[in-house]
Formats: sequence, structure tokens, C-alpha cells
Amino acid sequence: MGSSLSAGGAHPGAPIPDTTVFDLRASQRGYRLNKMCGSLCSPENRAAFKQDEEAYMAKYDLTEEEKNLIRKRDFGGLIHAGLNIYWMLKLGSVTGNSLYRMGAQMRGERYEEFLATRNFKDAV
Amino acid sequence: MPSRVVGGIGLSHVPSVGPAIDRKREQDPAWKPLFDAYVPVRDWLRKLEPDVAIVVYNDHVADFTFDKYPTFALGIGDRYAIADEGFGTRPLPTVTGDAEFSIHLCEALVEQEFDLTVCQDMGVEHGFLVPMNLCFPHTSAGWPVKSVPLQVNVIQHPLPTARRCFRLGQAIRKAVSSYEKDLKVVVLGTGGMSHQLQGKRFGFMNEKFDQWFLDELERNPEGLAQISHHKIMEEAGAEAVELIMWLTMRGALSPQAKRVHRHYYAPMTTGMGLITFQEPQAI
Repeated sequence: MGSSLSAGGAHPGAPIPDTTVFDLRASQRGYRLNKMCGSLCSPENRAAFKQDEEAYMAKYDLTEEEKNLIRKRDFGGLIHAGLNIYWMLKLGSVTGNSLYRMGAQMRGERYEEFLATRNFKDAV
Repeated sequence: MPSRVVGGIGLSHVPSVGPAIDRKREQDPAWKPLFDAYVPVRDWLRKLEPDVAIVVYNDHVADFTFDKYPTFALGIGDRYAIADEGFGTRPLPTVTGDAEFSIHLCEALVEQEFDLTVCQDMGVEHGFLVPMNLCFPHTSAGWPVKSVPLQVNVIQHPLPTARRCFRLGQAIRKAVSSYEKDLKVVVLGTGGMSHQLQGKRFGFMNEKFDQWFLDELERNPEGLAQISHHKIMEEAGAEAVELIMWLTMRGALSPQAKRVHRHYYAPMTTGMGLITFQEPQAI
């Protein structure tokens, strides 16, 4: 999987390295994933996901590839598959992955390594 | 006297600020620089005595979904629920709206060719609530000001241009001044500053860009409104495009408005900016 996607015709300019622009194509591609993660904005659904992740994914017709990305907690892969970052945060909520933990993984760093790059790492 | 815009605030709406407040961590060393910057802003707002805050923000898919995603959406309720954005509902009082004023805004903005999505039922989340927390601390009696949520699509491209957001602010100014009741209005433009939350470039910030943006917002807002989304994303990170909402705030102020406060703090992954403007004779 490439590390950058073109910003495309609607926002002209050279592709920005290591950056995904969440456009309508990404939104269509990630529709099922986004739908499922969006459902996690209710305590009942978060409990149901935690209780039986496989059954929960099945309800949202995820493809096998999409399910594998969730099983592996492959956050960079999920972004490429069209999951919007703000909906991925809700997946983080039910899988015990904070934004910064997801970010460290996307950077290819351990959490502590990532924190060491910050100006004031206690503001979490 | 008809209603008037008395001031404007540009500020970041970083979600972690919410739990820092709820857990009373404002004086922790890592958070103190941010919260201390709001002490004079809160004093200033108490003197300004606004009746209504128009909060220009983006929902982070707590209340809106990609099934139907509006470019501009305005609340016309008397109350707005606190939304659960995936982490549980924060212990905050229900937000008080001003339905009559909101309806006037809708009518006057559509008349000026801003064809809004009109919302009778809207839940608000950190994009709206963190700026309210920072500027207007609530008590058990509720919030000290009524508010109007104005939601902008800054996450699913194509986004409205920066120029369009600036012009929306100009239209808001005109709409406010044609409301017959004597209301004092402040406009909050929220989001940003530099940040990127996905990909290998996660955690990217650019203080130089952020300081330039603050300079231009003060001195050359018309020129700044020509900026492209691509330039913002390239120089300040993909999620920094939220900054176009600050231009709505700036557009709602007159060229005579003076900058009052300015602050910048970037501890973790987002440049947290703050800038305030005041209209002449506002106090």
C-alpha cells in the first residue's frame, strides 16, 4: 500500500507525502467501515462490540479484508481503506487505543518513542 | 438599537481539553499554559457581556454521518443536547439556544444566497463544547450565554473554500445587524491550528505557519481568504484545514476591529492558537 494518495483534481497541487485526503472516493470506499464505527457513539453498541467483535462486524457487512484490518488493529491500513480518522477514534475507544497510540503505530514507532518527540508529553 | 457583533474569537478545539477540564487538571504543568491564557479572555468576555455566541465548528461525526453530510448546517433550537462521540457523554448542562435569533439568521443568510441545512435537533460535541468550556465556564445553573451552532464541513472533501467561509462571516455580520432585538453577539471560529492525525505524517505541526496565519488573520484577512486547502494541508497538516472556520469569524468583524489577545501553545499534536478581536465601542 502506497504511503500517500494524490490530493486529486478538486484540490490541485502535488500529492502531500504520507497524507491521505479524505475525499468522496475515500468516503465511498470506507462507507461500511465508517458506518460501523459511527454506530459506536452509543454505550449499548460499544458494549456489544466489546462482547463479540466478530458478530458486530458481520452486522455491518464488512469485507474480509476490512475485518482483517480491524482484527489486526492496522490503523494505517484502515485509513487507506477509507475509514475517516474521526470515526477511527471511536474504534480506538472500544479497543483501548488512544489517538496517540494509533498515531505512534501509523508513524511506525513505539508509543514511548512517539511521546519522546512531543514538546510537552503530559498534555494528554 | 438593532443587534450587533461586538467581538470575535479564533481558537482551537482540541478534544483532550474536555477531559482536562472534567478532571480538574487546568493547573497541571502541561495544561496550565493553555488555561492561563483564557483568564484574561474570560475577564474580557464578562465586560463585553455578549447575549449570544455563534459558534462556527465542525462535528467530528458524532451527530452528522456521511449518509448525508451538509456543507453548512445551522441549529435553530432552544436547546442542544451533549452528544456522545464514542467516549460517553460529558457531564455538561444542555446548551441553551436562541431559536428566534437562529431563525432570523437562517432567513437572512439564505436571502444572501448561503443555502444552509437547517437543524431543529442537533447534538454538540468537542468541536463546539471545548471552545464554550474555554470561553464561557458553565455552572450548575447552565451556560452564561446562549449559543447558535454553525457546523461546517471541513472533513469530507470537497470542502467550502476559505473565501466562501470568509464571505459567510460577512453575511453573518449583515444578518446580525438586521435583527431588531438589541443583542450583543460574539462569533467563535474554531479548530486547527496545524495538525495531522493520520498516516506516517501523524503529529506534524508547523508553528511558523500558525504564527503567520495569526498575523494575516489580524492584518490581511481578505488576502488570507485566498489560501487553498492544499496549501494549508501541505504546510500545516491535513486536519489543519479546520482553520478556514476562523475566517468566518474574521469575516463577521469590521475592518476597524482591534486584536485584543493572542496566544499559542503546542504541547502534543496540535498547535493550539487563540486570538480575539473587539469592535470599536463594544464595551
